[in-house]
Amino acid sequence: MRYLTEFHDPELAVRLVDAIADTATRRWTLMEVCGGQTHTIIRYGLDQLLTEQVEFIHGPGCPVCVTPLEMIDRALAIAARPEVVLCSFGDMLRVPGSTADLFTVRAHGGDVRVVYSPLDAVALAEAHPERQVVFFAVGFETTAPAAAMAAVTARRRRLTNFTMLVSHVLVPPAMRAVLAAPDNRVAAFLAAGHVCTVMGTEQYEPIVAEHRIPVVVTGFEPLDLLEGVRQAVTQLEAGRTELVNAYPRAVRPEGNPPARRMLAEVFSVCDRPWRGIGTIPDSGWRLAPAWADLDAERRFDVAELTVAESVHCRSGEVLQGRIRPPECPAFGGDCTPRRPLGATMVSAEGACAAYYQYRRLAMVDRDRVDLTEWTVTE
Amino acid sequence: MCLGIPGRITEIWEDRGTRMALIDFGGATRTACLAYLPDAAVGDYTIIHAGFALTVVDEAAAHRTLTTFRELGILETEVGT
Ligand code: SF4
Repeated sequence: MRYLTEFHDPELAVRLVDAIADTATRRWTLMEVCGGQTHTIIRYGLDQLLTEQVEFIHGPGCPVCVTPLEMIDRALAIAARPEVVLCSFGDMLRVPGSTADLFTVRAHGGDVRVVYSPLDAVALAEAHPERQVVFFAVGFETTAPAAAMAAVTARRRRLTNFTMLVSHVLVPPAMRAVLAAPDNRVAAFLAAGHVCTVMGTEQYEPIVAEHRIPVVVTGFEPLDLLEGVRQAVTQLEAGRTELVNAYPRAVRPEGNPPARRMLAEVFSVCDRPWRGIGTIPDSGWRLAPAWADLDAERRFDVAELTVAESVHCRSGEVLQGRIRPPECPAFGGDCTPRRPLGATMVSAEGACAAYYQYRRLAMVDRDRVDLTEWTVTE
Repeated sequence: MCLGIPGRITEIWEDRGTRMALIDFGGATRTACLAYLPDAAVGDYTIIHAGFALTVVDEAAAHRTLTTFRELGILETEVGT
Protein backbone atom coordinates (compact mmCIF):
# COMPACT_ATOMS: atom_id res chain seq x y z
CA MET A 1 0.00 0.00 0.00
CA ARG A 2 1.13 3.55 -0.66
CA TYR A 3 2.92 5.40 2.16
CA LEU A 4 3.70 2.09 3.71
CA THR A 5 5.74 0.30 1.05
CA GLU A 6 7.46 3.50 -0.04
CA PHE A 7 8.72 4.19 3.45
CA HIS A 8 10.06 0.63 3.68
CA ASP A 9 12.21 0.82 0.53
CA PRO A 10 15.50 -1.03 1.27
CA GLU A 11 17.42 0.92 -1.41
CA LEU A 12 16.55 4.23 0.18
CA ALA A 13 17.34 2.76 3.59
CA VAL A 14 20.88 2.08 2.41
CA ARG A 15 21.20 5.70 1.25
CA LEU A 16 20.02 6.97 4.61
CA VAL A 17 22.32 4.65 6.54
CA ASP A 18 25.27 5.75 4.37
CA ALA A 19 24.38 9.41 4.90
CA ILE A 20 24.29 8.89 8.66
CA ALA A 21 27.61 7.02 8.58
CA ASP A 22 29.20 9.81 6.49
CA THR A 23 28.00 12.46 8.94
CA ALA A 24 28.71 10.85 12.30
CA THR A 25 32.22 11.29 13.70
CA ARG A 26 31.29 9.56 16.96
CA ARG A 27 28.54 7.48 18.51
CA TRP A 28 25.55 9.56 19.62
CA THR A 29 22.96 8.60 22.22
CA LEU A 30 19.42 9.19 20.98
CA MET A 31 16.10 8.50 22.65
CA GLU A 32 13.10 7.50 20.57
CA VAL A 33 10.25 8.56 22.78
CA CYS A 34 7.44 6.35 21.54
CA GLY A 35 7.10 2.60 22.00
CA GLY A 36 5.83 2.30 18.44
CA GLN A 37 9.18 3.65 17.28
CA THR A 38 11.05 1.22 19.56
CA HIS A 39 9.09 -1.54 17.88
CA THR A 40 10.19 -0.39 14.38
CA ILE A 41 13.83 -0.02 15.45
CA ILE A 42 14.01 -3.53 16.89
CA ARG A 43 11.86 -5.17 14.23
CA TYR A 44 13.90 -3.80 11.32
CA GLY A 45 17.22 -4.00 13.12
CA LEU A 46 17.94 -0.28 12.71
CA ASP A 47 20.08 -0.34 15.85
CA GLN A 48 22.15 -3.11 14.28
CA LEU A 49 22.56 -1.12 11.06
CA LEU A 50 23.86 1.85 13.04
CA THR A 51 25.86 0.24 15.85
CA GLU A 52 28.82 2.58 15.36
CA GLN A 53 26.83 5.77 14.95
CA VAL A 54 23.92 5.55 17.38
CA GLU A 55 23.00 4.14 20.73
CA PHE A 56 19.22 4.04 21.03
CA ILE A 57 17.80 4.52 24.50
CA HIS A 58 14.21 3.36 24.42
CA GLY A 59 11.88 5.95 25.87
CA PRO A 60 8.88 5.66 28.20
CA GLY A 61 6.29 6.02 25.43
CA CYS A 62 4.36 2.80 25.90
CA PRO A 63 0.94 3.76 27.29
CA VAL A 64 0.11 0.27 28.52
CA CYS A 65 3.46 0.05 30.30
CA VAL A 66 3.25 3.31 32.21
CA THR A 67 -0.39 3.12 33.29
CA PRO A 68 0.03 3.14 37.08
CA LEU A 69 -0.54 -0.03 39.03
CA GLU A 70 -3.17 1.63 41.23
CA MET A 71 -5.20 2.43 38.11
CA ILE A 72 -4.99 -1.19 36.93
CA ASP A 73 -6.10 -2.30 40.40
CA ARG A 74 -9.00 0.18 40.29
CA ALA A 75 -10.03 -1.21 36.91
CA LEU A 76 -9.87 -4.74 38.35
CA ALA A 77 -12.02 -3.76 41.34
CA ILE A 78 -14.61 -2.05 39.12
CA ALA A 79 -14.65 -4.90 36.60
CA ALA A 80 -15.37 -7.43 39.36
CA ARG A 81 -18.67 -5.71 40.25
CA PRO A 82 -21.74 -7.58 38.99
CA GLU A 83 -23.47 -4.53 37.45
CA VAL A 84 -20.42 -3.40 35.45
CA VAL A 85 -19.27 -3.92 31.86
CA LEU A 86 -15.64 -2.76 31.73
CA CYS A 87 -14.30 -1.84 28.27
CA SER A 88 -10.77 -1.05 27.21
CA PHE A 89 -8.21 -1.56 24.45
CA GLY A 90 -7.07 -5.17 23.99
CA ASP A 91 -3.57 -4.72 25.38
CA MET A 92 -4.91 -3.67 28.77
CA LEU A 93 -6.42 -7.07 29.52
CA ARG A 94 -3.11 -8.81 30.11
CA VAL A 95 -1.42 -6.05 32.11
CA PRO A 96 -0.66 -7.44 35.54
CA GLY A 97 -2.14 -5.62 38.51
CA SER A 98 -1.13 -6.35 42.11
CA THR A 99 -2.77 -9.75 42.18
CA ALA A 100 -4.48 -10.38 38.83
CA ASP A 101 -5.19 -9.01 35.37
CA LEU A 102 -8.46 -8.21 33.59
CA PHE A 103 -8.42 -11.60 31.87
CA THR A 104 -8.49 -13.27 35.28
CA VAL A 105 -11.43 -11.11 36.33
CA ARG A 106 -13.22 -12.14 33.14
CA ALA A 107 -12.46 -15.83 33.79
CA HIS A 108 -14.13 -15.40 37.18
CA GLY A 109 -17.30 -14.04 35.64
CA GLY A 110 -16.53 -10.32 35.27
CA ASP A 111 -17.89 -8.66 32.12
CA VAL A 112 -14.71 -7.32 30.50
CA ARG A 113 -14.76 -6.38 26.83
CA VAL A 114 -12.23 -5.23 24.28
CA VAL A 115 -13.25 -2.23 22.18
CA TYR A 116 -11.56 -0.73 19.17
CA SER A 117 -12.98 2.74 19.72
CA PRO A 118 -14.29 4.38 22.92
CA LEU A 119 -17.43 5.12 20.91
CA ASP A 120 -18.09 1.37 20.91
CA ALA A 121 -18.30 1.55 24.71
CA VAL A 122 -20.80 4.42 24.45
CA ALA A 123 -22.90 2.36 22.03
CA LEU A 124 -22.81 -0.53 24.48
CA ALA A 125 -24.11 1.71 27.28
CA GLU A 126 -26.90 2.92 25.04
CA ALA A 127 -27.90 -0.64 24.14
CA HIS A 128 -27.78 -1.86 27.76
CA PRO A 129 -29.34 0.79 30.01
CA GLU A 130 -29.58 -1.79 32.83
CA ARG A 131 -25.76 -2.17 32.95
CA GLN A 132 -23.05 0.24 34.12
CA VAL A 133 -20.57 0.62 31.26
CA VAL A 134 -17.10 1.85 32.21
CA PHE A 135 -14.46 2.78 29.66
CA PHE A 136 -10.87 2.46 30.94
CA ALA A 137 -9.28 5.39 29.12
CA VAL A 138 -5.51 5.01 28.82
CA GLY A 139 -2.93 6.26 26.38
CA PHE A 140 -1.11 9.37 25.25
CA GLU A 141 -2.31 12.43 23.35
CA THR A 142 -3.19 10.12 20.43
CA THR A 143 -5.97 8.17 22.17
CA ALA A 144 -7.23 10.97 24.44
CA PRO A 145 -9.19 12.73 21.65
CA ALA A 146 -11.20 9.53 21.16
CA ALA A 147 -11.95 9.32 24.89
CA ALA A 148 -12.93 13.01 24.98
CA MET A 149 -15.42 12.44 22.16
CA ALA A 150 -16.85 9.43 24.00
CA ALA A 151 -17.59 11.67 27.01
CA VAL A 152 -19.21 14.30 24.79
CA THR A 153 -21.28 11.69 22.94
CA ALA A 154 -22.47 10.04 26.17
CA ARG A 155 -23.61 13.39 27.49
CA ARG A 156 -25.27 14.34 24.22
CA ARG A 157 -27.23 11.10 24.32
CA ARG A 158 -28.09 11.67 28.00
CA LEU A 159 -26.65 8.35 29.12
CA THR A 160 -26.54 7.92 32.88
CA ASN A 161 -24.90 4.49 32.83
CA PHE A 162 -21.60 5.44 31.14
CA THR A 163 -18.47 6.48 33.04
CA MET A 164 -14.73 6.58 32.34
CA LEU A 165 -11.72 5.56 34.41
CA VAL A 166 -9.27 8.10 33.02
CA SER A 167 -5.51 7.59 33.13
CA HIS A 168 -4.17 9.55 30.19
CA VAL A 169 -0.53 10.58 30.07
CA LEU A 170 1.32 13.41 28.34
CA VAL A 171 4.61 13.11 26.50
CA PRO A 172 6.46 16.44 26.94
CA PRO A 173 6.54 16.28 30.77
CA ALA A 174 8.01 12.76 30.50
CA MET A 175 10.75 14.09 28.19
CA ARG A 176 11.53 16.76 30.77
CA ALA A 177 11.70 14.08 33.47
CA VAL A 178 14.20 12.11 31.36
CA LEU A 179 16.37 15.22 30.97
CA ALA A 180 16.18 16.03 34.68
CA ALA A 181 17.47 12.60 35.76
CA PRO A 182 21.01 12.89 37.16
CA ASP A 183 22.30 10.06 34.96
CA ASN A 184 20.66 11.33 31.77
CA ARG A 185 22.74 10.57 28.66
CA VAL A 186 20.26 11.54 25.94
CA ALA A 187 21.85 13.87 23.37
CA ALA A 188 18.79 14.27 21.14
CA PHE A 189 15.15 13.19 21.04
CA LEU A 190 13.25 11.55 18.23
CA ALA A 191 9.85 12.91 19.26
CA ALA A 192 6.68 10.85 18.83
CA GLY A 193 5.22 11.90 15.48
CA HIS A 194 1.69 10.72 16.14
CA VAL A 195 1.42 12.66 19.36
CA CYS A 196 2.39 15.71 17.29
CA THR A 197 -0.42 15.06 14.76
CA VAL A 198 -2.71 16.04 17.64
CA MET A 199 -0.71 18.49 19.74
CA GLY A 200 1.51 20.06 17.07
CA THR A 201 5.17 20.84 17.51
CA GLU A 202 5.16 24.12 19.50
CA GLN A 203 5.19 22.36 22.85
CA TYR A 204 8.77 21.20 22.21
CA GLU A 205 10.18 24.68 21.63
CA PRO A 206 10.69 25.38 25.36
CA ILE A 207 12.39 21.98 25.83
CA VAL A 208 14.81 22.70 22.96
CA ALA A 209 15.53 26.20 24.29
CA GLU A 210 15.89 25.34 27.99
CA HIS A 211 17.84 22.11 27.63
CA ARG A 212 19.73 22.96 24.43
CA ILE A 213 18.87 19.60 22.91
CA PRO A 214 17.78 18.74 19.36
CA VAL A 215 14.20 17.46 19.05
CA VAL A 216 13.33 15.79 15.74
CA VAL A 217 9.65 14.98 15.20
CA THR A 218 9.83 11.47 13.71
CA GLY A 219 7.44 9.04 12.04
CA PHE A 220 7.03 5.31 12.48
CA GLU A 221 8.09 3.52 9.30
CA PRO A 222 11.70 2.33 9.04
CA LEU A 223 12.73 5.14 6.66
CA ASP A 224 11.07 7.68 8.96
CA LEU A 225 13.20 6.49 11.87
CA LEU A 226 16.37 6.59 9.77
CA GLU A 227 15.52 10.12 8.62
CA GLY A 228 14.90 11.17 12.22
CA VAL A 229 18.33 9.80 13.14
CA ARG A 230 19.95 11.51 10.15
CA GLN A 231 18.51 14.90 11.10
CA ALA A 232 19.42 14.47 14.76
CA VAL A 233 22.99 13.41 13.98
CA THR A 234 23.39 16.26 11.47
CA GLN A 235 22.40 18.78 14.15
CA LEU A 236 24.60 17.21 16.81
CA GLU A 237 27.65 17.14 14.54
CA ALA A 238 27.08 20.80 13.63
CA GLY A 239 26.56 21.78 17.26
CA ARG A 240 23.01 22.97 16.54
CA THR A 241 19.98 22.48 18.77
CA GLU A 242 16.74 22.90 16.87
CA LEU A 243 13.21 21.66 16.64
CA VAL A 244 12.81 19.91 13.27
CA ASN A 245 9.78 18.20 11.76
CA ALA A 246 11.00 15.09 9.93
CA TYR A 247 7.43 13.78 9.54
CA PRO A 248 5.83 16.63 7.57
CA ARG A 249 3.42 14.39 5.68
CA ALA A 250 1.47 13.82 8.90
CA VAL A 251 2.43 16.61 11.33
CA ARG A 252 1.48 20.29 11.06
CA PRO A 253 2.95 22.83 13.50
CA GLU A 254 -0.48 23.50 15.00
CA GLY A 255 -1.44 19.82 15.27
CA ASN A 256 -5.17 19.14 15.06
CA PRO A 257 -6.97 22.25 16.40
CA PRO A 258 -10.47 20.72 16.76
CA ALA A 259 -8.99 17.83 18.75
CA ARG A 260 -6.98 20.20 20.94
CA ARG A 261 -10.09 22.28 21.67
CA MET A 262 -12.01 19.16 22.66
CA LEU A 263 -9.19 17.93 24.91
CA ALA A 264 -9.03 21.31 26.68
CA GLU A 265 -12.78 21.18 27.24
CA VAL A 266 -13.08 17.65 28.64
CA PHE A 267 -9.78 17.11 30.49
CA SER A 268 -7.64 19.01 32.95
CA VAL A 269 -3.93 18.51 33.53
CA CYS A 270 -2.92 16.66 36.70
CA ASP A 271 0.15 15.06 38.30
CA ARG A 272 0.31 11.42 37.30
CA PRO A 273 2.28 8.45 38.63
CA TRP A 274 4.00 6.54 35.80
CA ARG A 275 4.40 2.83 36.45
CA GLY A 276 8.03 2.00 37.12
CA ILE A 277 9.06 5.66 36.97
CA GLY A 278 7.21 7.59 39.66
CA THR A 279 5.03 10.67 39.72
CA ILE A 280 5.74 13.26 37.05
CA PRO A 281 4.21 16.69 37.67
CA ASP A 282 1.55 17.88 35.21
CA SER A 283 1.97 14.74 33.11
CA GLY A 284 -1.59 13.45 32.98
CA TRP A 285 -5.12 14.27 31.99
CA ARG A 286 -8.14 13.63 34.19
CA LEU A 287 -11.75 14.57 33.59
CA ALA A 288 -12.29 18.29 34.14
CA PRO A 289 -14.57 19.26 37.07
CA ALA A 290 -17.50 19.91 34.71
CA TRP A 291 -17.38 16.24 33.69
CA ALA A 292 -17.13 14.74 37.20
CA ASP A 293 -20.46 12.93 36.76
CA LEU A 294 -18.71 10.73 34.17
CA ASP A 295 -15.83 9.87 36.52
CA ALA A 296 -15.81 6.14 37.34
CA GLU A 297 -13.50 6.67 40.33
CA ARG A 298 -16.27 8.67 41.99
CA ARG A 299 -19.15 6.46 41.00
CA PHE A 300 -17.50 3.27 42.23
CA ASP A 301 -15.48 4.67 45.12
CA VAL A 302 -12.20 2.94 44.39
CA ALA A 303 -9.74 5.64 45.42
CA GLU A 304 -8.29 3.77 48.43
CA LEU A 305 -6.36 0.73 47.27
CA THR A 306 -3.01 -0.65 48.33
CA VAL A 307 -0.84 -1.93 45.52
CA ALA A 308 2.12 -4.29 45.22
CA GLU A 309 4.46 -4.50 42.22
CA SER A 310 6.21 -7.77 41.26
CA VAL A 311 9.56 -7.86 42.99
CA HIS A 312 11.26 -9.49 40.00
CA CYS A 313 10.22 -7.04 37.30
CA ARG A 314 12.75 -4.40 36.28
CA SER A 315 10.49 -2.60 33.84
CA GLY A 316 11.11 0.70 35.62
CA GLU A 317 14.74 0.53 34.58
CA VAL A 318 13.77 -0.57 31.08
CA LEU A 319 11.38 2.36 30.74
CA GLN A 320 14.06 4.80 31.79
CA GLY A 321 16.66 3.35 29.44
CA ARG A 322 18.90 2.11 32.28
CA ILE A 323 18.85 -1.52 31.16
CA ARG A 324 17.90 -3.30 27.97
CA PRO A 325 15.23 -6.02 28.34
CA PRO A 326 17.60 -9.03 27.90
CA GLU A 327 19.55 -7.78 30.92
CA CYS A 328 16.54 -8.56 33.13
CA PRO A 329 17.05 -12.07 34.61
CA ALA A 330 13.37 -12.92 34.09
CA PHE A 331 13.41 -12.01 30.36
CA GLY A 332 12.27 -14.92 28.20
CA GLY A 333 12.28 -17.30 31.17
CA ASP A 334 9.85 -16.46 33.94
CA CYS A 335 8.56 -13.54 31.90
CA THR A 336 7.16 -13.99 28.40
CA PRO A 337 4.31 -12.31 26.49
CA ARG A 338 2.07 -15.26 27.43
CA ARG A 339 2.87 -14.91 31.12
CA PRO A 340 4.12 -11.36 31.57
CA LEU A 341 5.52 -10.26 34.93
CA GLY A 342 5.58 -6.64 33.87
CA ALA A 343 3.59 -4.37 31.60
CA THR A 344 6.54 -3.82 29.24
CA MET A 345 6.21 -7.48 28.19
CA VAL A 346 2.52 -7.08 27.32
CA SER A 347 2.04 -4.48 24.65
CA ALA A 348 3.55 -4.47 21.16
CA GLU A 349 4.85 -1.05 22.15
CA GLY A 350 6.60 -2.37 25.25
CA ALA A 351 10.37 -2.73 24.88
CA CYS A 352 10.47 -6.19 26.54
CA ALA A 353 7.83 -7.52 24.12
CA ALA A 354 9.62 -6.02 21.09
CA TYR A 355 12.93 -7.69 22.04
CA TYR A 356 11.16 -10.94 22.80
CA GLN A 357 9.34 -10.95 19.48
CA TYR A 358 12.24 -10.04 17.20
CA ARG A 359 15.50 -10.64 19.03
CA ARG A 360 15.15 -13.67 21.24
CA LEU A 361 16.66 -16.03 18.66
CA ALA A 362 18.68 -13.55 16.64
CA MET A 363 20.51 -11.97 19.56
CA VAL A 364 23.49 -14.28 19.63
CA ASP A 365 25.03 -14.36 16.21
CA ARG A 366 23.33 -11.97 13.83
CA ASP A 367 24.94 -8.59 13.60
CA ARG A 368 23.97 -7.64 10.06
CA VAL A 369 20.44 -6.97 8.96
CA ASP A 370 19.05 -8.47 5.80
CA LEU A 371 17.22 -5.61 4.15
CA THR A 372 15.44 -7.93 1.73
CA GLU A 373 13.37 -9.06 4.72
CA TRP A 374 11.81 -5.62 4.87
CA THR A 375 8.52 -6.68 3.38
CA VAL A 376 5.23 -5.23 4.53
CA THR A 377 3.21 -7.77 6.42
CA GLU A 378 0.57 -5.66 8.19
CA MET B 1 -2.24 1.70 20.49
CA CYS B 2 0.04 4.27 18.90
CA LEU B 3 0.95 2.13 15.89
CA GLY B 4 -1.21 4.24 13.60
CA ILE B 5 -1.17 2.91 10.06
CA PRO B 6 -2.22 5.09 7.11
CA GLY B 7 -5.44 4.09 5.38
CA ARG B 8 -7.53 5.59 2.58
CA ILE B 9 -11.00 7.06 3.09
CA THR B 10 -13.41 5.26 0.75
CA GLU B 11 -16.78 6.43 2.05
CA ILE B 12 -18.16 9.19 4.31
CA TRP B 13 -21.56 9.39 6.04
CA GLU B 14 -23.32 11.03 8.98
CA ASP B 15 -24.39 9.14 12.08
CA ARG B 16 -26.62 11.31 14.30
CA GLY B 17 -24.63 14.45 13.54
CA THR B 18 -21.17 12.79 13.62
CA ARG B 19 -19.12 12.33 10.46
CA MET B 20 -18.00 8.74 10.03
CA ALA B 21 -15.87 7.11 7.34
CA LEU B 22 -14.88 3.75 5.97
CA ILE B 23 -11.10 3.36 5.86
CA ASP B 24 -9.28 0.92 3.59
CA PHE B 25 -5.98 -0.37 4.98
CA GLY B 26 -4.85 -2.14 1.84
CA GLY B 27 -7.65 -4.70 1.90
CA ALA B 28 -8.86 -4.66 5.50
CA THR B 29 -11.51 -2.01 6.15
CA ARG B 30 -12.57 -0.28 9.34
CA THR B 31 -14.98 2.40 10.41
CA ALA B 32 -13.51 5.58 11.86
CA CYS B 33 -14.86 8.83 13.26
CA LEU B 34 -14.05 11.99 11.27
CA ALA B 35 -15.14 14.47 13.96
CA TYR B 36 -11.62 15.90 14.17
CA LEU B 37 -11.06 16.15 10.41
CA PRO B 38 -13.98 18.23 9.12
CA ASP B 39 -12.28 18.77 5.74
CA ALA B 40 -11.24 15.19 5.02
CA ALA B 41 -12.58 13.82 1.73
CA VAL B 42 -12.96 10.46 0.02
CA GLY B 43 -9.57 9.45 -1.41
CA ASP B 44 -7.51 11.11 1.35
CA TYR B 45 -5.03 9.01 3.32
CA THR B 46 -5.42 9.37 7.05
CA ILE B 47 -3.93 7.93 10.24
CA ILE B 48 -6.35 6.35 12.71
CA HIS B 49 -5.99 6.08 16.47
CA ALA B 50 -8.62 4.35 18.62
CA GLY B 51 -11.19 4.67 15.85
CA PHE B 52 -10.55 8.36 15.17
CA ALA B 53 -8.89 9.91 12.13
CA LEU B 54 -6.40 12.47 13.43
CA THR B 55 -4.49 13.75 10.41
CA VAL B 56 -4.65 13.74 6.63
CA VAL B 57 -1.45 12.50 5.02
CA ASP B 58 -0.07 15.29 2.83
CA GLU B 59 0.85 13.55 -0.44
CA ALA B 60 3.02 16.42 -1.68
CA ALA B 61 5.01 16.38 1.57
CA ALA B 62 5.41 12.59 1.31
CA HIS B 63 6.81 12.95 -2.21
CA ARG B 64 9.18 15.73 -1.14
CA THR B 65 10.54 13.54 1.66
CA LEU B 66 11.04 10.57 -0.67
CA THR B 67 12.75 12.82 -3.24
CA THR B 68 15.16 14.00 -0.55
CA PHE B 69 15.99 10.37 0.24
CA ARG B 70 16.55 9.56 -3.45
CA GLU B 71 18.92 12.48 -3.86
CA LEU B 72 21.01 11.60 -0.80
CA GLY B 73 24.60 10.88 -1.72
CA ILE B 74 24.09 11.51 -5.42
CA LEU B 75 25.86 14.85 -5.40
CA GLU B 76 28.89 13.44 -3.63
CA THR B 77 29.02 10.45 -5.99
CA GLU B 78 29.00 12.72 -9.02
CA VAL B 79 31.66 15.02 -7.62
CA GLY B 80 33.77 12.06 -6.49
CA THR B 81 33.88 10.29 -9.86
S1 SF4 C 1 11.48 -8.96 31.03
FE1 SF4 C 1 9.53 -9.09 32.20
S2 SF4 C 1 10.17 -9.04 34.36
FE2 SF4 C 1 11.93 -8.29 33.14
S3 SF4 C 1 11.65 -6.04 33.05
FE3 SF4 C 1 10.66 -6.87 31.22
S4 SF4 C 1 8.51 -7.11 31.86
FE4 SF4 C 1 9.68 -6.91 33.78
